[in-house]
Amino acid sequence: MSSGRRNSMIVRTPEGIEFSILLAGPVVRFLAWGIDVACISLTSITVGSLLRLFSILSLDLGMALIVLANFIISVGYGICCEWFWRGQTLGKRLLRLRVVDEQGLRLQFSQVVVRNLLRIVDTLPLLYMAGGVTCLISSKSQRLGDIAASTIVIRNPEISLPELELLADEKFNSLCEHPHLAARLRQKVGRDELSIALRALLRREELEPAARVKLFGELAEHFRSLVKFPHEAVDGVADERYVRNVVDVVCKRHGCG
Amino acid sequence: MIIDLERFIGDEKPFWDELEGILDRMEQDVAFTMDLAAVQRFHYLYQRTSASLARIDGFAAAPELRRYLESLVARSFGEIHETRERPHCFAPWAWFSGTFPRTFRRHIRKFHLSLATTIVGCLFGGAALLLDPADKEVLLPFQHLTGSPTERVSREEQEVNKHLEKEKLTFSSSLMTHNTQVSIACMASGLTFGIGTLMLLFFNGVILGAVIFDYVAAGQTLFLAGWLLPHGVVEIPAILLAGQGGLILATALIGRDSGLPLAQRLRLVWGDLVTLMGGVGIMLVWAGLIEGLFSQYHEPVLPYPVKIGFGVAELTLLVLFLSRAGAGGAGGRKVSANIRGGGDV
Repeated sequence: MSSGRRNSMIVRTPEGIEFSILLAGPVVRFLAWGIDVACISLTSITVGSLLRLFSILSLDLGMALIVLANFIISVGYGICCEWFWRGQTLGKRLLRLRVVDEQGLRLQFSQVVVRNLLRIVDTLPLLYMAGGVTCLISSKSQRLGDIAASTIVIRNPEISLPELELLADEKFNSLCEHPHLAARLRQKVGRDELSIALRALLRREELEPAARVKLFGELAEHFRSLVKFPHEAVDGVADERYVRNVVDVVCKRHGCG
Repeated sequence: MIIDLERFIGDEKPFWDELEGILDRMEQDVAFTMDLAAVQRFHYLYQRTSASLARIDGFAAAPELRRYLESLVARSFGEIHETRERPHCFAPWAWFSGTFPRTFRRHIRKFHLSLATTIVGCLFGGAALLLDPADKEVLLPFQHLTGSPTERVSREEQEVNKHLEKEKLTFSSSLMTHNTQVSIACMASGLTFGIGTLMLLFFNGVILGAVIFDYVAAGQTLFLAGWLLPHGVVEIPAILLAGQGGLILATALIGRDSGLPLAQRLRLVWGDLVTLMGGVGIMLVWAGLIEGLFSQYHEPVLPYPVKIGFGVAELTLLVLFLSRAGAGGAGGRKVSANIRGGGDV
């Protein structure tokens, strides 16, 4: 495992596969904590109202139960939620965050307890100042409790597969008429350039018309500069169509046709 | 168009969907388990998805696809590669009667340091009051302790605790929660490389020493023993155990001569910290009940010899429990073998 960008961490599996984990920053964690505080308060008020019924039997008993319940809820909320929801409290769940082991492994119960008990140091001197400062300094955005428990808080944004059918069409690709130039194009177009072109095509509907024309114009100009195709292959071909044809040529591993 | 990528996704998507379905169930259902065939299938799907991720690594593709596969592999990775021991079933009695006292004994040196710090604090508190009695209000930040011990004893023996008559349980639960918070703070302060823990233990000792000196000097030793012993013989050791936890944490952080990286050193002590704090919690519940329902009754309601006898009996049982219980058991994990100064018994 190695440190990646500040907002992500690269994990290398024993199979030799590398993947990145998105780390949650202090601001989003603070928001999640705010939601959790609201939940704890609401739960305490609700449970307190129910336990007040015991005051009918004995005022002393009712008050004692309320004191105990408030304490158990405030200490147990984080521990129970993170253990039973695999690293999530309600606030984390709403903001799509999750606590995981620093090495990307499953959380152990002792880790959950330790990071929650050590929260008391993170809250010092007030409003999570110690934890917040540590989180800002730490390369993995860890508060003190996280460092001691070897945990990190990650972001799990909703990710869906790209809708490649948006690219699908059966129109004639004039670049394929020149196989040797198409082969050279495949050699010259890099992964990043192709990725940008592919992304632009997938998101074409989201772009403003003027921005769309400008973007595809710049992409087409760049690709035209890499390999010069004969006039008959490129004349009258709009910039967006040209970019689409380039992507088509490059993405087909066995060439055109 | 984009035939290969489309075909690639078309071929692999059923496997990705299947893996995503299993992961969703794992994350939503705590009790979710798999038989051998299901585990093998899960492993196959993980490997296949990892292979897909490796394939697009050398093949320009939409970043969304890469992120989608990364998220699937990341979620599966923790499940597949988790090889640490997991408790099959929590057995409360076995834990309390075996694991807890064994853990305490395994780190006995930290307990000794915790005890020594408190004793030094006691001596300091007593000496400070002896040298300058005017410091009493500074040393004892509790209103009911700042007055004359003789007057308090006289008042409490006359009132026979009428002031607590209708709030015994509330008082008791407040004590439990307050003491537990102090214990958690004492353990958590180990993060300051033990300085915070030692300061809390010392300060606790200063208050205790000042109170003892104040009452003994006023000739109220019997009242003091009858008042403090029933709950103090459990409450004070509980705080010392929390301090022991803080010192274990500090030792792992400092890691002098252990030869292990920080994360590894910390991993070795999590279980022991949780065990100690669990035991401390139980001890403080007991101490809170005794303090609220028993300690506050004085003569003539409860004769002092009875209260002192009860306290001595508790202390004897506690010492026997912590020094003998679970001695014939499995012995627990040998944590401190890897961290110098662990003090195995």
